[in-house]
Amino acid sequence: MKEQVDNEMKLEFISKATNEAFARITVAAFASQLDPTIEELADIKTAVSEAVTNCIIHGYENKQGIIKINAKLKDNQIIIEISDNGKGIENVEMAKEPLYTTKPNLERSGMGFTIMESFMDSMKLESIVGLGTKVTLVKTIKLQDCEEESKLNTLTKD
Amino acid sequence: MESKFYEEDKLLVFKITDEIDDCSVQKIRRKADYEIERYMPKKVIFDFDSVTFMDSAGIGLIIGRYKFANMLGGKLEVANLTQNVKKIFEMSGILKLIPVTQI
Repeated sequence: MKEQVDNEMKLEFISKATNEAFARITVAAFASQLDPTIEELADIKTAVSEAVTNCIIHGYENKQGIIKINAKLKDNQIIIEISDNGKGIENVEMAKEPLYTTKPNLERSGMGFTIMESFMDSMKLESIVGLGTKVTLVKTIKLQDCEEESKLNTLTKD
Repeated sequence: MESKFYEEDKLLVFKITDEIDDCSVQKIRRKADYEIERYMPKKVIFDFDSVTFMDSAGIGLIIGRYKFANMLGGKLEVANLTQNVKKIFEMSGILKLIPVTQI
């Protein structure tokens, strides 16, 4: 049975660094349907940017490949899957450790997964060496002050 | 990114005007290192007032310039951190090492 979602979008692009901004802005535009605060939107953009950078730098090691994003809205939640068909991660647990990086010479901080974990509600990392990596990010958008809104709605109805 | 050197105080100020990610950081790094080497400042300040976006690439950028300025006998500080920038710097722990200043 197909999973029930309120909205869904798919995005595919080649692994160029200039697409990092494109990816985070597109996902943020999609997420804005849930009426997030500026801070929540900034968190989503940062997490997506980290995930896409990982695909480019680590997954494909700057060679050309395809990065896929699948984003779903369900109730007040956004679920974002970001995947590549790159080299994969040998030790997933180690990769998630703060400050751990396989490329320290390039001024990489090793904070990517830590940022994804703390800026989103949850982060799931799945990887198969030689096949690719998939990151699933979930964030619940807090409902804004609904009372004010419903008051406004009744006013406009009258 | 704009830069200004104050001869009297040997102070070099960088005002970052781009989004900071893996893509843009290389250009910022190149320009910053060039100017630091050229002026040999006593103090370098990075002004984040106009930064609308930053991810973890900003951490590496600042640590790298901190080391470079130190090597040449200078100090490094950061100023006007936006909410998003502050959150990322705090998480990385670099604010224990690098002072936040007002300009």
